[in-house]
Amino acid sequence: MLKEQQMNAEDKRKIKIGLAEMLKGGVIMDVTNADQARIAEDAGACAVMALERVPADIRAEGGVARMADPARILEIKDAVTIPVMAKCRIGHFAEAQILEALEVDFIDESEVLTPADEAHHVDKDQFRIPFVCGCRDLGEALRRIGEGAAMLRTKGEAGTGNIVEAVRHMRAVQGGIRRLSVLPREELMTEAKNLGAPYDLVCWVAENGKLPVPNFAAGGIATPADAALMMQLGAESVFVGSGIFKSADPAVRAKAIVLATTHYNDPKRLVEASTGLGVPMRGLEIGSIPVEQLLQVR
Amino acid sequence: MNPILTQKLRAHERASAAEVIRPDVGGSPLLRRCKQSVTTETQEYRATVGLLALQGDFGLHRQMIEALGHSAVEVRTLSDLERVDCLIMPGGESTTIRKLMKQEGLFAALPQFARTKPIMGTCAGLILLGKAIKGSPGEDTLGLIDCDTSRNAYGSQYQSFRDVGEIRAGNGAVPLEMVFIRAPRIVRVGDNVEVLGRLNGEPTLVRQGTILAMTFHPELSGDARVHQLFLSLVVADPN
Repeated sequence: MLKEQQMNAEDKRKIKIGLAEMLKGGVIMDVTNADQARIAEDAGACAVMALERVPADIRAEGGVARMADPARILEIKDAVTIPVMAKCRIGHFAEAQILEALEVDFIDESEVLTPADEAHHVDKDQFRIPFVCGCRDLGEALRRIGEGAAMLRTKGEAGTGNIVEAVRHMRAVQGGIRRLSVLPREELMTEAKNLGAPYDLVCWVAENGKLPVPNFAAGGIATPADAALMMQLGAESVFVGSGIFKSADPAVRAKAIVLATTHYNDPKRLVEASTGLGVPMRGLEIGSIPVEQLLQVR
Repeated sequence: MNPILTQKLRAHERASAAEVIRPDVGGSPLLRRCKQSVTTETQEYRATVGLLALQGDFGLHRQMIEALGHSAVEVRTLSDLERVDCLIMPGGESTTIRKLMKQEGLFAALPQFARTKPIMGTCAGLILLGKAIKGSPGEDTLGLIDCDTSRNAYGSQYQSFRDVGEIRAGNGAVPLEMVFIRAPRIVRVGDNVEVLGRLNGEPTLVRQGTILAMTFHPELSGDARVHQLFLSLVVADPN
C-alpha cells in the first residue's frame, strides 16, 4: 500500500471516484442518530449522511447550521457497516479536515449548511476523502469538479419535499452536456468562458458526452416516484434528506424508495413501491419560500 | 501512472505482460456446451453477460464487456437471469445488494444458475459468493466459493488504495494494477480453491470451478485481463 506522500493526484482521484462508482444505483439517506442509521441500513441504503438536523428542521428552525458534532458522527459510524458521509459548510476547510480525521467515507460540501465562505469552495484535491458538491447547471458542476469533487448531485431545494428544483437542475446539467457534445471545437473556449468552467473539462465533456464523475440527484425527493423520475432523467443514485424521517413511517418509505431506485424503469414495480406508504412529508411550495431563504443560491 | 507503481510493474518483468492467464477447465460440461455453440473457428462466439444491476458499479463492467466484443444485459429480476450465459456481481454495498437479491428471488436462484453458468464477483460480489463473513455471522452468503471474507478489512475510505499485485500466468506471474475501495480481505481459502492473484502474498483473486472472485476492482483500472479470464470460462477456445 502506498503511503500518503507516495500517492499522486491520479491515484487519489481514481480511488475517490471509485467509491462514488460503488454508490451508484442506490439511495443515500440523511440520518441524525444511530437508530435512524440502522433503519436506513436495514431498508437497503447504500450509504448514510450523518447530520445534526435534517434539512426540513434546519429550514424551520433557522440559525447557523454547522458540521455535526463528531460524537454524533462516530455514534452513526459505529451503528452501521455501510459508508458514512457527513456535511461541512461551503468553504469551511477546517470542518472538512475534522471530518477527514474522523475518517468519514465521503464529505458533502453542502449548501444545506450555512456557508463559511461566500466566494470560495474547499480545495478538495488537498484531501484523501472524496467530496460531493451540489450544482444547478453544467458550469457549476464543472467548477466543482475542477476543485476536485469526486461526485456531483443536483442541489434541488433541500427540506421542501418538492422535486421541482431537482428536476430543473438535472435537466440543466444534462441539457448543457448535450449542447457541448454538438459544438464545433473552435467554439468550446467561448463556451468555457460563458459557463465559467475550466476549458479542459469543457473539452472532456464535449468529447465524452458525460461528466467525468458520477452525478446523483438530491434536494426534494420524498416519494418512490420522485426517485424513479430523477433516475430516468439521468441521475445515477439519489440522496433522500428529510423525505424519509419526516414521513409517517420511515422504515417502510425508506425500503420503498430503495426498491423504486433499483427498478426505476419498471412501472409495475413502481406501483408496488408506491402503495400503502402512509403520509409523506408535508412539503413546501417553492414560491412560498422568501428568496433569501432559498438554499440553492448559496 | 505513479512512478512508484510504474517501478513495481517493471520489477515484475520476468514474465511476459502480454501473456493471459488461462486456467485449466477443459473438461467441464459447461465448456463442452459452449464449444458446441461455437459454429465455426472463425466466427467469434458472443456471450451474453449478465450484470447484476440492483446496486453498485455495474455500468463500468458493461464498458469492459462491450469493449471485449460481448453483449451485456442488466439483471434485476429472475426473468433477466434466464437470458444470460454468465453473471457478474459488481462492487457496491453487499448489505444492499443482498436485500434486493432476496426480494427478487435471485439469492435463492443463483446456486442452481451456478451449476451450469460461470459467475464473477468483485468486492461486494466476492463477499456474497463466499462461505462466511468474519465477524458478521448474521449476514448470510451464497457459499458458491469455499473462502471466508472480512468486510471493510482495510478500514474506511481513508484506507482505500491502488497498488500493483500479481496474477498467475502459465508457471509464473505477471503484474496487475489492483484498486481497493473499502475492500474486503480473503481470510480463509478452501482446498479446492485456486489462488490466481495476490498482493504482498495475500490472496486477492480466487477461482473454484467456474466461480471467479476478487477483492479488487478490475473494472476501475481499465485492464481487461481479469474480464478476459472470466470470459474464457464462458467461451471455450475453439483451438
